[in-house]
Amino acid sequence: MTSENPATTQVAAFAIGYTQYLDAEGHVRAPLPAFARDAAALREMYRTMTMVRAFDRKAVALQRTGQLGTYAACLGQEAVGTAIGLTLRHDDVYIPAYREYAANMLRGVPLQNVLLYWGGDERGMQFPEGTPSHNDFPFSVPIATHIPHAVGVAYAFKLRKQDRVVLASCGDGATSKGDFYEAISSAKVWNLPVVFLVSNNQWAISLPSSRQTGAQTFAQKAFAGGLHGEQCDGNDVIATREVLARAIERARSGGGPSLIEAVTYRLHDHTTADDARRYRSEDEVKAAWERCPIKRLKAHLVAQHGWSEADEVALNDEATANAEKIAQAFLAMPPDQPSAIFDSLYAKLPRQYEWQRDEVVAAGPKGGHH
Amino acid sequence: MANLALIEAINLALASEMARDPDVVVLGEDIGRNGGVFRATVGLLDKFGADRVIDTPLAETLVAAMAIGLSTQGIKPVAEIQFSGFLYPCVDQVVNHATRYRNRTRGRLSCPLVIRAPNGGGIHAPEHHSESLETTFAQMPGIRVVCPSNPARAYGLLLAAIRDPDPVVFLEPTRCYRLFKQPVEDNGEALPLDTCFIDREGSDITLVSWGAMMHDTRLAADKLAEEGISAEVIDVATLKPLDMDTILASVAKTGRCVIVQEAPRAYGPASEIAANLAEHGLLSLFAPVLRVSGYDTVMPLAKQELNYIPDVSRILREVRKVFEIAPKA
Repeated sequence: MTSENPATTQVAAFAIGYTQYLDAEGHVRAPLPAFARDAAALREMYRTMTMVRAFDRKAVALQRTGQLGTYAACLGQEAVGTAIGLTLRHDDVYIPAYREYAANMLRGVPLQNVLLYWGGDERGMQFPEGTPSHNDFPFSVPIATHIPHAVGVAYAFKLRKQDRVVLASCGDGATSKGDFYEAISSAKVWNLPVVFLVSNNQWAISLPSSRQTGAQTFAQKAFAGGLHGEQCDGNDVIATREVLARAIERARSGGGPSLIEAVTYRLHDHTTADDARRYRSEDEVKAAWERCPIKRLKAHLVAQHGWSEADEVALNDEATANAEKIAQAFLAMPPDQPSAIFDSLYAKLPRQYEWQRDEVVAAGPKGGHH
Repeated sequence: MANLALIEAINLALASEMARDPDVVVLGEDIGRNGGVFRATVGLLDKFGADRVIDTPLAETLVAAMAIGLSTQGIKPVAEIQFSGFLYPCVDQVVNHATRYRNRTRGRLSCPLVIRAPNGGGIHAPEHHSESLETTFAQMPGIRVVCPSNPARAYGLLLAAIRDPDPVVFLEPTRCYRLFKQPVEDNGEALPLDTCFIDREGSDITLVSWGAMMHDTRLAADKLAEEGISAEVIDVATLKPLDMDTILASVAKTGRCVIVQEAPRAYGPASEIAANLAEHGLLSLFAPVLRVSGYDTVMPLAKQELNYIPDVSRILREVRKVFEIAPKA
């Protein structure tokens, strides 16, 4: 054993912190943080998750009826996006992968933009001025390549002595890529104000998380890089919000980067082009539904805060109507100009490409596919 | 006005622009205390401090990705990649993100960054140090690709690259880093990033090249002059966007053209220029446009690299073919 050698130095021994307040049944398992003792705050989180779930259902329906392109549903993962959206400050920067729609919504992205994007229109990522999302990054489809951008953004904050924080989120599959490791490792080298959030939804398309790593958790990948790492119940919005809030505060106050693993479950197929029945059992999915983030917060609201069936019906009606409104706004959006494929390519289109733009303009719109 | 080698002109441009614009930072491997493996960043750490002269961990994807992150916040990063073969991990970042953020956010985010790297062979370097990468980058939309050929142009083009609002890949001619000196004035004046330079005027044939091959092309033109052949030499300098107007105007005058590139032959910039000449300049040509290029091989190690890299004799051989087909009147 090397440990018998006097030159052996123990640098770390780790336990993985796991935070959960509400269990799957909605029972309170630990003293709640202050924000979660406020009924209005709890209702707002419940409302957000419900609105996003209704939107998600509508988006899948649009795809199934040929009105939307391939769409990546967030079903079952609403708590993670909600927690991100509620903990980042307006001038922080969010660098998403592509599934945390609640975060985008809370930071000011109209959800019809999400439909525009999956519908094949770049304007979807043109997040509105005057909202926190205007500084956020667009969705990133290539896995993990967006994560090291957070290092550059955070370095810019440090250079300018701003107390801003950047949060980059990814899935469990992304942790297998070198980009992920280069990002977390270098962020600690400079002790940058970054939060890396792994939304561990158990499945990277058809591979379970056990096929992405031989480690017991994804959170422990932080320790070799010297970062803070911990897990939370990603289906408990209170736990995820609390753990993210602590990580963001740590980053903002000079404590450096953290890696947070939010343990959740992807209840839907990977995208509408996927069929998860090919690789996972119905029993597993059925069991996962029991841990759904919305179900447990509802149980808590009913038990502790007088949430009534009438409240529930009213909220669901509102969420359905809202999703319908979003879909109508998306469907009513006139197509972009053909010239748009040139107009944001460079700050100013080099004269060498003007003839190509002229040709597309002269040919006129050709429609396109959903 | 100082007499500078090309690498010194790069250093001067970096120092000059960092002094002028506090948003300019440099980053890369061993660029701080060590001053860069070719010494491009020597002295910058002492002048501008470790916050702006950023020694990165040994991770090329990170270098490119970090430059992207910085640039989206209005910082103007100049990233150094030590050797051309190590640019490949950056390709993913450049093509999937740097060239796209402006377009895919419809102008909300942009990447005013520069990635500098030595390009090409001829210095007896180890494996993966001598590749010519211009073809790889020049076919990417949303980018500029610049290959300077002398100290003065390296200075002015690098200033322009740093000031440009879009990503620029700046490929420096490795074997010309210290090959010759030239007076370079630190006047802060950028050169255009969309225009070829007429390196010397001539009337019988147009020789087109860029980067390190410009040196051999100039020597070939000297040799031709001794034989009474007047060669017009064009330094393309900016390969993307490509200024065909200057090349077409020259060929309209000379009626003959040979293009010289070090990169492998197939699908390279020489092919693009030749295709454009075929489309827009055919009627002014007296003979086919010929290409001198590297071969479609893996870049050989040092013992064989001179068998790969075009030289004056290979340039002259193609020029003579042109004059055999279309003799000078």
